Amino acid sequence: MKTMFFDYNSTTPVAAEVVSAMLPYFSEHFGNASSSHSYGQKALHAIDMARMQIAKAIGANADEIIFTGSGTEANNLAITGIAHKFRGKGNHIITSSIEHSSVYRQCKYLERCGFEITYLPVDKLGKINLSELEESIKKETILVSIMTANNETGVVQSIKDISQIAEKYNVFTHSDAVQALGKMPVNVDEIGVDLLSISAHKIYGPKGVGALYLRRGLGIAPIIHGGGQEKKMRSGTENVPGIVGFGKTCELAITNLDRNIEHLQKIRNLLEDKVRQHILGIEINSSGADRIPNTSSITFPGISSETLLVKLDLNGIAASSGSACGAAEMETSRTLKALGLSEKDQHCTIRFSIGLSTTEKEIEYAIKIIKHLINIHQC
Amino acid sequence: MWNYTEKVMDHFLNPRNVGEVINPDGEATVGNISCGDALKLGFKLDENGKISEVKFKTFGCGSAIASSSVLTEMVKGKTVEEAAKITNKDIVDALGGLGEEKIHCSVMGMEALQSAIANYRGVEYRHEDEDEHHGRVVCHCFGVTDAKIRKIAKENGIKTVEGVTNYCKAGGACGRCKDDILEILQGVWKLESRNEEQLELSVLTFTQKVIKIQSIIDSDIRPMLEQDGGSIEFIDLRGDTVVVRLKGRCAVCPSSGVTLRNTVEGKLREYVSQDLKVEEIRG
Repeated sequence: MKTMFFDYNSTTPVAAEVVSAMLPYFSEHFGNASSSHSYGQKALHAIDMARMQIAKAIGANADEIIFTGSGTEANNLAITGIAHKFRGKGNHIITSSIEHSSVYRQCKYLERCGFEITYLPVDKLGKINLSELEESIKKETILVSIMTANNETGVVQSIKDISQIAEKYNVFTHSDAVQALGKMPVNVDEIGVDLLSISAHKIYGPKGVGALYLRRGLGIAPIIHGGGQEKKMRSGTENVPGIVGFGKTCELAITNLDRNIEHLQKIRNLLEDKVRQHILGIEINSSGADRIPNTSSITFPGISSETLLVKLDLNGIAASSGSACGAAEMETSRTLKALGLSEKDQHCTIRFSIGLSTTEKEIEYAIKIIKHLINIHQC
Repeated sequence: MWNYTEKVMDHFLNPRNVGEVINPDGEATVGNISCGDALKLGFKLDENGKISEVKFKTFGCGSAIASSSVLTEMVKGKTVEEAAKITNKDIVDALGGLGEEKIHCSVMGMEALQSAIANYRGVEYRHEDEDEHHGRVVCHCFGVTDAKIRKIAKENGIKTVEGVTNYCKAGGACGRCKDDILEILQGVWKLESRNEEQLELSVLTFTQKVIKIQSIIDSDIRPMLEQDGGSIEFIDLRGDTVVVRLKGRCAVCPSSGVTLRNTVEGKLREYVSQDLKVEEIRG
């Protein structure tokens, strides 16, 4: 059976060029970048090159990039790092109600530690209200952390406006740009953030490597202590092949950005047009908002997303949902809930996220299958 | 993504007896689509009083569909009295097992059958001991009452909040009612309970104050810190000053001052007295 992947927001295949760039760093140039001998220096050089490629991709300087083990770790480091460092100034952090769990759960943890967290709501289109943000800033506020693009709906926030407001009150801004990188221009200077999280495996790089952009001159408290790698902000021997792959994939993403955006947009629009045309009663969430070009959150009323996903998988189609019927995972639909979807609709919503290799043919086939499944299951 | 037995998969993909019974003898809808699960079940009896036709329509996940489907096979040919004896455990067994977090699907099947039988008998469906719909709503996300939680806990020997969530979803969404559920469980199992009315510190003897502070630290504060690898020990009460020692991750956390002031002092002030201050001793 032909299988089709429509879940590129969860992860992506590693690009062939990225794999070739990484290969020499497993067994040939295997040195520890902290060693002063030639093996170590070779690894260090490779890391420095990758640091430059990544910095260039987001408009930063190389010394502003801290490698981490994941996007989650970058988010954790940013938020807890600021909290611990600036606890003397205040204990208030502002975030949104639609953040990825690596931000949300970290904020919940800090809440237990005695920090105060404001979770800003979003409007029907999924955007936070800037005046509400401004009103929630107080003298104890030390950080505003708002994601650049949402993983479930793809909605893009006005980070530039957000950071300008925060700056007025001397509050730092962090943004989780894990889903944004490679799907829209991300330039730290232009958007004015102090910290920004990115991850390799969402942009055709390897899993197990992420990075935090940390504005020059800003110090934060580390969460991992040890050998003092990454300017003492993140100890642990660097994942050299992973970092090399991250660098390479960033270079590719930026070189081809315009072309990629155009492709994703074309395919996503085709998907949405066809769904609207062939399946009655569906709702495309936040379709009126500015979105990254590959994500489509679709509500199919009357059919449980869990049922539809299993049936789709049995027909070779991989997609995902934000909510599952298992009680323990209920909280994962925070985004859909914040959008104001009824509980019923939250259970009927599926996310399709397409990738660079998704074709028009695949969309046509998928629509045929979905249409068939909906017809026999809708009640 | 899913972990279903072959039997569950079979009933999910090829559900038996889907649809609606025309002119049913008994019929009921349970669950609520807004909670993610709903089930409509109806049956018809033959001249011998045996269930000859039974049909269902389910909105929900694979295990909800499978539970309903296997249930219809189980009741066919039975008398109403026989069918009324089927429990959710029988449904789980018939399916060759269900994951803990999917047990509520079998509970929904049993409830639908019992409600349909009650409808046939012309009575309101009520549980033997208390009516779950008339209790106080504890979990607002799923509309679960205290009566229902008590019943589920007693019948299945559940002693943890997580167990309750697995059986009836209560506490599984926003989680705001978890403390409430814990209290209900404490009541059911006669565990030590706290949270009596806040007493004035002045009317408490010194020993009572110490006991009260110790119990709040044990029941509220320490479990919270332990979630993140920290801990706390109550050392002494000197006047209005509670002396504690932070342990584990809290002992080395740069933000322990924030924890001490907001989490520890905040809770003690809320539950014991506004006059309390907290001080930390190190080492």
